Amino acid sequence: MTYSFLQHYWCFLVSLLGALLVFLLFVQGANSMVRSLGYTEEGRRLIINSTGRKWELTFTTLVTFGGAFFASFPLFYSTSFGGAYWLWMLILFTFVLQAVSYEFQNKLGNFLGAKTFQMFLVINGLLGPLLLGGAVATFFEGSNFIVMKDNLIDAQSFTPIISRWANASHGLDALLNPWVLVLGLAVMFLARVLGILYIINNVNDEDIRSRASVRLIGAAIPFVLFFVAYTVHLLLKDGYAYDEAGVISIVPYKYLTNFLDMWYLLLLFLIGVVLVLYAIGKTIVSKDYIKGIWPAGIGVVLVILPLLLCSAWNNTAYYPSTADLQSSLTIVNSCSSEFTLRTMFYVSLLIPFVLAYIAYAWYALDKKKLDRQELKDEHVY
Amino acid sequence: MSDLFLNIDAGTINWARAQFALTAIYHWLFVPLTLGLAVIMGICETIWYRKRDTFWRTTAQFWQRLFGINFAMGVATGIILEFEFGTNWSNYSWFVGDIFGAPLAIEGIVAFFMESTFVAVMFFGWKKVSPGFHLASTWLTGLGATISAWWILVANAWMQYPVGCAFNPDTMRNEMVSFLDVALSPFAIDKFCHTVISAWIIGAVFVVAVSCWYLMKKRETRLATESIKIAAVVGLVASLGAGMTGHKSAQSVAEVQPMKLAAMEALYNGGTGVGLTIVPGIEVPKVLSFMATNDFNGYVPGINNLLNGYTRPDGKQEPSFEEKMARGQQAILALQDYRESKKQGASELVLSEQLSILNANMPYFGYGYMKNRRDAVPPITVNFWAFRIMVGLGCLFILYFAVLLLMAFRIPWLSAITRRLLAIVCILPETQADDTNSIATLPKWHYWFAILLVPLAYIASESGWLVAEFGRQPWTIQDMLPTWVGVSDVNGFSVALTFFLFLFLFTLMLCVEINIMLKQIKKGPEL
Repeated sequence: MTYSFLQHYWCFLVSLLGALLVFLLFVQGANSMVRSLGYTEEGRRLIINSTGRKWELTFTTLVTFGGAFFASFPLFYSTSFGGAYWLWMLILFTFVLQAVSYEFQNKLGNFLGAKTFQMFLVINGLLGPLLLGGAVATFFEGSNFIVMKDNLIDAQSFTPIISRWANASHGLDALLNPWVLVLGLAVMFLARVLGILYIINNVNDEDIRSRASVRLIGAAIPFVLFFVAYTVHLLLKDGYAYDEAGVISIVPYKYLTNFLDMWYLLLLFLIGVVLVLYAIGKTIVSKDYIKGIWPAGIGVVLVILPLLLCSAWNNTAYYPSTADLQSSLTIVNSCSSEFTLRTMFYVSLLIPFVLAYIAYAWYALDKKKLDRQELKDEHVY
Repeated sequence: MSDLFLNIDAGTINWARAQFALTAIYHWLFVPLTLGLAVIMGICETIWYRKRDTFWRTTAQFWQRLFGINFAMGVATGIILEFEFGTNWSNYSWFVGDIFGAPLAIEGIVAFFMESTFVAVMFFGWKKVSPGFHLASTWLTGLGATISAWWILVANAWMQYPVGCAFNPDTMRNEMVSFLDVALSPFAIDKFCHTVISAWIIGAVFVVAVSCWYLMKKRETRLATESIKIAAVVGLVASLGAGMTGHKSAQSVAEVQPMKLAAMEALYNGGTGVGLTIVPGIEVPKVLSFMATNDFNGYVPGINNLLNGYTRPDGKQEPSFEEKMARGQQAILALQDYRESKKQGASELVLSEQLSILNANMPYFGYGYMKNRRDAVPPITVNFWAFRIMVGLGCLFILYFAVLLLMAFRIPWLSAITRRLLAIVCILPETQADDTNSIATLPKWHYWFAILLVPLAYIASESGWLVAEFGRQPWTIQDMLPTWVGVSDVNGFSVALTFFLFLFLFTLMLCVEINIMLKQIKKGPEL
C-alpha cells in the first residue's frame, strides 16, 4: 500500500460515509413534513415513531463522518470547522435539537409541550440537509480561508493560528453564494423525497401513504430542478487542480474532465440518477409500489459518492480557497501521516461487519411495518 | 524572542475553554448514568432470560425507559464535544490531529454504530426479535457505550501523557509512530478503569435512590428490594474498584504529571516522607509519599521544586521553569531556522544540525510559548478541594454500599452483626435490629439519605474530572501545546455567544429531562 493509495482510500471512505449520510437524511426529510404527512396527532406520532427508529443511525453517521475526516484529513477539520465556524455551529445546533426531541416530546413531564419538540424536528429537517448540502457545495465553490503553517512559529505573523478565515463572517458568507444555496436546496428536497419514500415503505397506513404519494410530486419537482441546475453548473465550471509539486491552479471544466477521466465514476453517477428517477416515477405511477426507498437509497449513494470523489480525486483540490489559491486543500497536503492512514486502514476492515449487523438489525425491526396498533401496545416515542 | 501569542484574543481562549468545560460537564451528567444503568438493566434482563419470570422483564424495561430518557442528552452533548475540537481548537486539531483523530474515528466506527443500532433493538424489539437476540442487544448497547468511553479516554489520556508520537518539522505537526503505545498507554488504561467503574457507582446510587423512593411510598416493593440487591453488589464492587483504580491513577499522575499532584495536594515544598493532608491542618505523616511512590520515604516534588528545578531520587536533574522556557524557545527558533533553511535549499549538514537542536529541546517545546512562572501552575484551590470531595465521597460510597449489601442480603453472621452495630449507633431502630426483612420498612430518613446520595455521586464524579482537567492546565497537550496556542481564529464574541446558547439549551433540556425522569419514576413500571 503506497501513501497515495491510502490517501485515495480514505477519501473514498469519507465520501462513502458522506453518501450514506445523505441517504440517511430521509429521517430529516420525513420530519420536515411531519405535519402535512401525519395530518392528525396519531398520524404525526406514526411518522415520528417511524423515523425515531432510525435517527440514531443518521446521527452516528454524521459523527463518524466527522471523526473519519478528523483522522484522515486533519487540516480540513482544522480549517473548515475552525473557519466556517457559524455554518458548522448552525448544523450542530439543529442536530442537538433533534437528538432530544424524540425521547422527550410525548413524555409525561415535558413542560415545553410536544409541539415544541415537533418544531425542533421540523427545524432540523429543513436546516440540517440545507446546511449540510451547502457545506458540501463549498467543496466545489471554494471558501474564503488562508493556511499558513509557519504562523505557529513565526513571530512576525498576524497570529500563531495556522488556518484562518479571510473575512469576519466565519462561514455565513458561503450562504451568499447562490450555487451553494442551489445544492443546499437540492439536498433538502432530496431528503424530503427520500423521507416520503421511507414513510411509504415503513408505515402501514393508507391515509399516510396516499398523502405521501401526492407530496412526492411536490418534493421531486424542485429536487430535480435544483439538482439538474447544479449538475450543469458543476460540469461547466472551472475547477482547482494540483500538479506533482503541489502547486494549485484553476483549470477550465475540471469536474467535467474528472468525470470523463474517471469514466467509472460517471457510470456510477448515471446509474444512481436512473435509480432515483425510477424510484420516484414508479412510486408516483403505481399505487401499490412501496419499495421506492431502496432503489432511491442505492441511487443516492451512487450519485453522491462519485460527486464527492470527483471533488478530490484526479489531482483535484477538494477544499479550494478563494482567498489564497495555494492554501487550497488536497488529499495530499491535508492528510494524516502514512502510518496513521495505514493503521486506520486496518480498523476500516471492520466496516463491512458493522454494515452487516446494521442491516440485520434494520431487517429484524422492520419485518413488520409500523401501524396504529403498535402505538398502543409497544414502547413508543 | 517576540511574543507569539500577542495577537490572540484573550476572550477567545477563555470562552473556548469555558465552552469546552461546559459541554464536558453537561456531557458527564448523562454518560455515567448510561454506563451504570446499562450494567444493572443488563443484569435484570439476564435474570429474566434465565427464569422467564415476567417480573424481571418488567423491571428491566423500567430501568431501560429511564436509560432512554437519559441517553438522548448524552448523545446530544457528545456530538458537540467532537466538533468543538475543530470549531474552537483548530490549531490543536492540526498540531496533533494525526494522533488524536484516530481514536475518535475508531470510536465512531466500532462503538457508536454498535450503540445506536442495538439501542433501537433494545427499545423497539421486545416483540420483534428473539429473547436471546434482545438480551444480546441490551448488553451490546452497554458494551458500545463502554467501548466508546475507552476510545475517548484513550484520546484524553494521550493529551495528559503524549506517547507513541514524534514531531515532524516538515509537516509542522506531531505524528503517530506507535498505535499500540497510544491505544494501550498505561495512563489510558488507568483512566478508563477508574472512569468507567466510577460511572457504575452513579448507576447504582441512582437505582438505590429510585428504589428507596418506592419503599418510602410503600409501592413497587419487589422491584425496589430486588433492584437494591443488584445495585448494592454493583455499587460495592464499583466503589472498591474506583478506590483501587484511583490509587493507581494517582501514581500515574505522580509519575507523569507531578505538577498536577502538587496542585491536588497544595504541596508547595516537597521532599521525602511527605504527609497527606486530609483537610488543612490535619495531616497523616508520610502517607502522600507512600501513595505516590509506594515508599513511606519516597520523594514527592512540590510546586516550588518543580518551578525551581530539583534532583530526582535516581540522580537525574529536573530543569527549572526558566530553563524549560529557554529550551522551548530554542526549539521554536531551531524549527524556524530549519524551515527557512529548507526553503532556501540549505545543505543536509545544516539541516541536520538544526534538527538536532530541535530534537534535543523538543520535550520542552510548549514552554517556549510561556512568559512567566505563573503560566505553568494550575489552579490550586480548585484542584485541592475537588480532589478531597471526590475521595471523601468515594469513601462514603464504599461504606454505604457495604452496609447496604449486608442489609439487603442475609449473609450469615455478617448481616446480623451489621444490624446490631447499626442499632448500637442508633442508625437502625432497636426494634429492627434482628428483622431480616427490614430493608423495606426502614425509617424514612434512611430513604431520604439514599436519595441525597444522587447529587453527591454526581458531585464526586464531576470533581474527578475537575481534578483531571484543571490539574493539567495550562496544557492542552502536556508540555507540548498550551491552551492559548491551540485555539481557532474566531473572535471572542462569537465563542461567547455560542457558549451562552449552549448554556441555555443544555440547561433547559436538563430541566425537561429531570422533570420527565421524575414523572416516569412516579408513574412506575407500567407502560
